[in-house]
Amino acid sequence: MGAVTGPEGESKLCTLGLTKDFETPSGPLRVLDRIDVSVGQGELVCLVGSSGCGKSTLLAIAAGLQPATSGVVLLDGQPVTGPGAHCGLVFQDFSLYPWRTVAENVAFGLEIAGLDKAASRRRVAEYLAVMGLTEFADSLPRQLSGGMKQRTAIARALATKPEVLLLDEPFGSLDAQTRASMQELILDVWRTLGTTVLMVTHDVEEAVLLSSRVYVLSPRPGRVSAELDVHLPDPRHRSLLREPVFQSLCHEVDDLLGQAMQAEAASAG
Amino acid sequence: MTSARDGVLAERATPEVASRDEEPVVDAGTRSLRRTRAIRPPGTGFFRLREEIPDRLRRPLVLTSIALPFLVWTLLSATHAVKPLFLPSPAAVARAGWDLAASGQLWSDAAATLTRVGIGFGLVVLVSVPLGLAVGTFPSLRAIFEPMIGFVRYMPAPAFIPLLIVWLGFGESSKITLLFIGTVFFNTVMSADVAARVPKALIDASYTLGARRWAVVRKVIVPHSIPGLLDAMRVNIAATWNLVVVAELIAAQEGLGYRITRAQRFLQTDQIFAVLLVIGLIGVALDLSFRLLRNTVAPWAR
Repeated sequence: MGAVTGPEGESKLCTLGLTKDFETPSGPLRVLDRIDVSVGQGELVCLVGSSGCGKSTLLAIAAGLQPATSGVVLLDGQPVTGPGAHCGLVFQDFSLYPWRTVAENVAFGLEIAGLDKAASRRRVAEYLAVMGLTEFADSLPRQLSGGMKQRTAIARALATKPEVLLLDEPFGSLDAQTRASMQELILDVWRTLGTTVLMVTHDVEEAVLLSSRVYVLSPRPGRVSAELDVHLPDPRHRSLLREPVFQSLCHEVDDLLGQAMQAEAASAG
Repeated sequence: MTSARDGVLAERATPEVASRDEEPVVDAGTRSLRRTRAIRPPGTGFFRLREEIPDRLRRPLVLTSIALPFLVWTLLSATHAVKPLFLPSPAAVARAGWDLAASGQLWSDAAATLTRVGIGFGLVVLVSVPLGLAVGTFPSLRAIFEPMIGFVRYMPAPAFIPLLIVWLGFGESSKITLLFIGTVFFNTVMSADVAARVPKALIDASYTLGARRWAVVRKVIVPHSIPGLLDAMRVNIAATWNLVVVAELIAAQEGLGYRITRAQRFLQTDQIFAVLLVIGLIGVALDLSFRLLRNTVAPWAR
């Protein structure tokens, strides 16, 4: 297949009419319905939606882990045909290799890529430092707190220098304080590395705080019900949370989410 | 009131809990709720559910579990409640064991039996671990192998003895084959379940780190499965160990099972008991070695 130029000509990652049906005993169940989202080079974009809007499925398709029923995912204008190191994915449950130390976890993708030992060690040390993990390099995952595990997972995904980083509710299982510090960290890392990030969350404040654009998804089937540009001053910081402009943006997203839910309830009833 | 209800082994109830129990009852509704309250936290006392018990409770319990049967045995034989022919005294069994060991018979028997188990179970591991990993990893291979394995698994291995004698004669090969068919299917099924328990997200994460399928098998599914595989082996070598005594009924010249049948012929029940104890002890040693191996090879899964 040759390059396909979508309406989002300059986007790094975009989905065009992405639709996914799951086979069930009672016939196909539509979980994603004509999803069009796009993320520009170096942009951080969030998808917000309640459970059941197919957020995780969307990321799995974007990562090339699952085929779409119809529609296409484009990375630099080229269709994504399968998974690979071009597209890092971080899960809510961390998914670390329990038998590998933190450093060995981060080195996994480098081993696969066939990087030589010395270069690999340097790269691992670099990303451990970025994620504040240097002193935990030789710890096993089970010795780490949830926040440290998620730092390891992010370092592991970043170490292969992916074109795009997909985050699937990455802070969903963390406590509020850890979550706050992880939000700061992800902003910091994103500013430093300039990685293109597509993140899924159900936390409206988190979405508004982190991203330059928010897509609101409505559930059953998952649809993009609204798109909102977040005009907040950069660099972002959690002190924004107290600003009226931040709060009004959050209310706006909340209302859009509420409308999406009502629309669903109406169509279901 | 609290101290009276507490067992001797229970942790001391804290005074705060006791005093809260004596708060005045507000109304009937509250009272009915109060009655469902436990008198102490559930993680204490003898019958605590899934909670660690302290050493001062565990040690006497373990000791009792070993000492009590021995005590009953001693009493039964010392009071001649059971004929010595049926139940020889611990001293007689010890003497029979000592004689067997001193004559060197015990060692050559144990060596013969352990060799059979070693070869038989070695072959089992050689076949069932790769097969089980493959079946647990690839649902298409599961569809091919599972029905057949599930069917043969329920055929009792000793029922194959007449066939094995016809096919392979009375030599070592028929004994080893018996051990093999008695264990290989169970170990395959258990190994397959171990491989199938590797979390899907871990495999997906590996794909997004650039791994292809073969790398996922080699670098994710195999290492993740190792502790589970060793656990399956630990369980199934016990089955092989049980079966070897049956295998040695087929015209064996030596072996612990052979020693038992021979002792039976001469009504040497003390020898039977001695060999049974040795069989049990070697079994426990095998079990402990597999535990040790698992904790050495995969300390992360402890």
